[in-house]
Amino acid sequence: MADHFVVALAGNPNVGKSTIFNSLTGLNQHTGNWPGKTVTNARGKYRHKDKSFILVDIPGTYSLMASSVEETVARDFICFGEPDVTVVVADATCLERNLNLVLQTLEITGNVVVCVNLIDEAERKKIKIDLKILQARLGVPVVGASARSGRGLNQLREAVYRAALPGVVSRPLAVDYEGTIEEAVQMVEPEVRRTVQNKINSRWAALKLIEGDHSIIKSLRDIMGFDLINDATLANRLAAARKFLQENNYDSDAMRDSLVFTIVSLAEEIAREAVISENQKFNSRDRKIDSILTSRRYGLPAMITLLGLVFWLTVTGANYPSEVIAGFLFWIEERLTEFFQWAGSPPWLHGLLVEGMYRTLAWVVSVMLPPMAIFFPLFTILEDLGYLPRVAFNMDNFFKKAHAHGKQALTMCMGFGCNAAGIIGCRIIDSPRERLIATITNNFVPCNGRFPALIAISTIFVGGTVPGIPNSVVSTCALMSVIILGVFMTLLISRILSATILKGLPSSFILELPPYRKPQIGRILVRSVLDRTLFVLGRAASIAAPAGMAIWVMANITIGGASLLDYGAGFLQPFALLLGLDGYILMAFILGFPANEIVIPIIIMSYVSTGSLVELDSLEALRQLLISHGWTWLTAVCVMLFSLMHFPCGTTLWTIKKETQSWKWTLISFLVPTLTGITVCFIVAQTVRMLGLG
Amino acid sequence: MKRELIPLNMLPLGSAAKVRSLTNDDSRTRRRMLDLGLIKNTHIEAIQKSPSGDPTAYWIRGAVIALRSDEASKILVEAVSGE
Repeated sequence: MADHFVVALAGNPNVGKSTIFNSLTGLNQHTGNWPGKTVTNARGKYRHKDKSFILVDIPGTYSLMASSVEETVARDFICFGEPDVTVVVADATCLERNLNLVLQTLEITGNVVVCVNLIDEAERKKIKIDLKILQARLGVPVVGASARSGRGLNQLREAVYRAALPGVVSRPLAVDYEGTIEEAVQMVEPEVRRTVQNKINSRWAALKLIEGDHSIIKSLRDIMGFDLINDATLANRLAAARKFLQENNYDSDAMRDSLVFTIVSLAEEIAREAVISENQKFNSRDRKIDSILTSRRYGLPAMITLLGLVFWLTVTGANYPSEVIAGFLFWIEERLTEFFQWAGSPPWLHGLLVEGMYRTLAWVVSVMLPPMAIFFPLFTILEDLGYLPRVAFNMDNFFKKAHAHGKQALTMCMGFGCNAAGIIGCRIIDSPRERLIATITNNFVPCNGRFPALIAISTIFVGGTVPGIPNSVVSTCALMSVIILGVFMTLLISRILSATILKGLPSSFILELPPYRKPQIGRILVRSVLDRTLFVLGRAASIAAPAGMAIWVMANITIGGASLLDYGAGFLQPFALLLGLDGYILMAFILGFPANEIVIPIIIMSYVSTGSLVELDSLEALRQLLISHGWTWLTAVCVMLFSLMHFPCGTTLWTIKKETQSWKWTLISFLVPTLTGITVCFIVAQTVRMLGLG
Repeated sequence: MKRELIPLNMLPLGSAAKVRSLTNDDSRTRRRMLDLGLIKNTHIEAIQKSPSGDPTAYWIRGAVIALRSDEASKILVEAVSGE
C-alpha cells in the first residue's frame, strides 16, 4: 500500500476551497472573495493519524462538462489523476447549485467526501442543511464545515481518512437519465468496459462518448493510453447508439439538454429535502449594498471614491513613517561611515558598500515599505469583501466596447498587486484572443513595484502645486488620474488590438457576484504583510543591493573626466529630452528592467553621485535634489506617465513567455506599452513646451 | 390564456420569470447557460443593472449572475405575474 493518499479538492468557484486547502496543509494559497482564484493544481501535504495525505487543489468549476480549460483540468484530475479520495466542497448558502457538481463527480467516482462549507454563513442567513438527509441521498460521507473558523475540519480529515482506507465501499447515488438515453448507454457500455476495465467508470465514459465529447477521447488516449477511436467494434456500437438516438429525435443539443435537465432536477429535488430555509427571499442586505455600489447613479462614483480613499489613506499614512524610517536608516549610514573611517578601510570599499549598496537599500525600504504596508491590507480588504467582481460588473460595458473580455477587469485588478500575477490570472479568460489582449495590456496598471515611486513623486512634486488644498488631497488626485489613465489606455489599446492584430468580437461571459463577506481583518493583516509586502520588499531588496553597487561603480569609474553613468546618460539625453525626461531618468528605467522598484533609487544615486552630497533624510531634501537637477512639474508628470507605460519588468516578461509559449507575443507585450509610453510622453512634453507652460 | 414569451434581457428589473427555452446557436455558450442550471421552468429574477445598462445581474438558483444582454437575449422566458 502506498505511504500516502492523494486527495483531490474540487468545488464550485468561490466556496472556500483555498481556505480549506490552507487550513489543512498550512500552505499559503492566496485566497480572495472572487471566482477563479485557482488556475493550476496547487499541492500540499498533511498528516492525519498514521497516514500522509497529498491534497491537490483543482480549479473551481460549476460543472465537469469540460467546456473550459479549468473544467478540463478538473475533470481530468478527478477522472485520470487516480485520487484516492475526491473532496467536493459545496457552499451551504446555495447548496442546490453546488449539487450539480457533486452529482457530476459522483458519476465519475464513488470515492467522494462532500464538505458543505460556509455553514456559519448559511446559519446567519437562516438556512439550515440537514446533513444526514444529504448523506443518505448522496450515498457518500457528508461533513459540515466552516473553514474560516476551523469548524468541522477535523471531521473532514477523519472522513477523508476513512474513505481512503481500503475496503470501504460507498454506494453513491446513480443518476438515471431518460429511458432512451439509458438504452443507448447500454448499447455502448460493455464495449467501453472491455477496454478501460475498471480503471475508470465505464458507464460515464460511454455516456461521454455518445455525447461526442472530443476532449474525453483525447484525454483517454493521452493520459490512459486507451485508443477508443480506432476500436472498430466500439465504433460500430457508437454509430448504432447514435442512430438509435437520432431516430428518437435526440440530436446532440437535445441530448445534452436532457442530461443537464436530469441532473439539475435531481439537484433541485435533493436540495428541497435537505435544505430548510426560513428566509425564502434572497439576501436583502447584499441587494441593498449592490443597489448603491453598482447602481447607475452611484456605481462609478462609488468605485472612484473607494479607490481614491484607499490611495488617500496610503499617501497620508505613508508620509510620516517614510520620513521616520529614512531618518533612522540614514542615521545608521552615518554610523556605518564612522565605522569604516575608524577601521581605516579604503574609500572605494566604503563607497561601494555604504554609498552604493546600503544607500540604495535604505531608499528602497523607506520609500516602498510604508505605502505597501498600508495599500496591500486595504486592497485585500476590498478583495475579501467581494468588491472586485462588482468592479468587473461596473466596468464590463467598457470592456465589451473594447471587444475584450469582461474578466479582464479582474486580471487588471490583479495587476495592481503584481503584473506577473495578473498575467497568470489571465488564464481565467477562455478565449485565446481575449486572453492575449488582457496579457498585452496588463502592464498599463501600475504594480506595487511602481506604486511607491508614483506616490513619492506625486507627493513631493504635484502635492504642493495647488495652494489652499492639502498636499495629500492633491497628490491623491494626481495618483488617481494616473490610474484612471492606465485603465483608459488598457481599454483603448485593447480596442486597437481587437481591430488590428487580434481581430474579433467579444465572446460570451458570465460573471458571478458572490455574497459580500465580512473580511477577516487579522488574517488580512498577516497575509498582506507577510505574503505580499515582505515578499515584494525582499525581491526589491535582493535586486537593489547588487544594482546599488553596480550604479556606484558606474558613477565612480571615470574615463576622460566623465563617469560611465554620465556617458550612458549623455547618450540617452537627446532622446530623453524629447520625452520630457532626462538621460539619467531614462537610463534608470532601462537599468530598472529587473525590477521597477529600483528606478527611483537609481535616479537618486545618479544625481547624488554627480552633484554635491545632500542629506537625503526627508522628502523635502529629495525635492531639492530633483529640482537642482532640472526637474519641473513637467518632468514629474512625464516620469509618472513613463512609469505607467513602459516595458514590463523582467519577471513579467518571463511570465508572458511562459504563458503564451511564444516569443512573438512576448515581444509585442514589450513593444506595445513602450511605444505607447514614448508616444504619450512625447506628445505631453512637446505640447506643454509649445504652449510655454513647462 | 397563452402567456407571451420575451427574451430575458427585456425582463424589467425586479420582476420574475420562468425559463422557457435557450436559443443559442453556439453550443459552448449554451452549455454555459445549462451549467448555471438554466433549464426549462427555472425561476429567474432580474435584480440589478450595471451603471452603463449592461450587463444585468440575475438571481438564478441562489446565486447572483451577471449576463451581457447579448447572452440574455438568447434566453426566452415567460414573465411571472404577481409577487
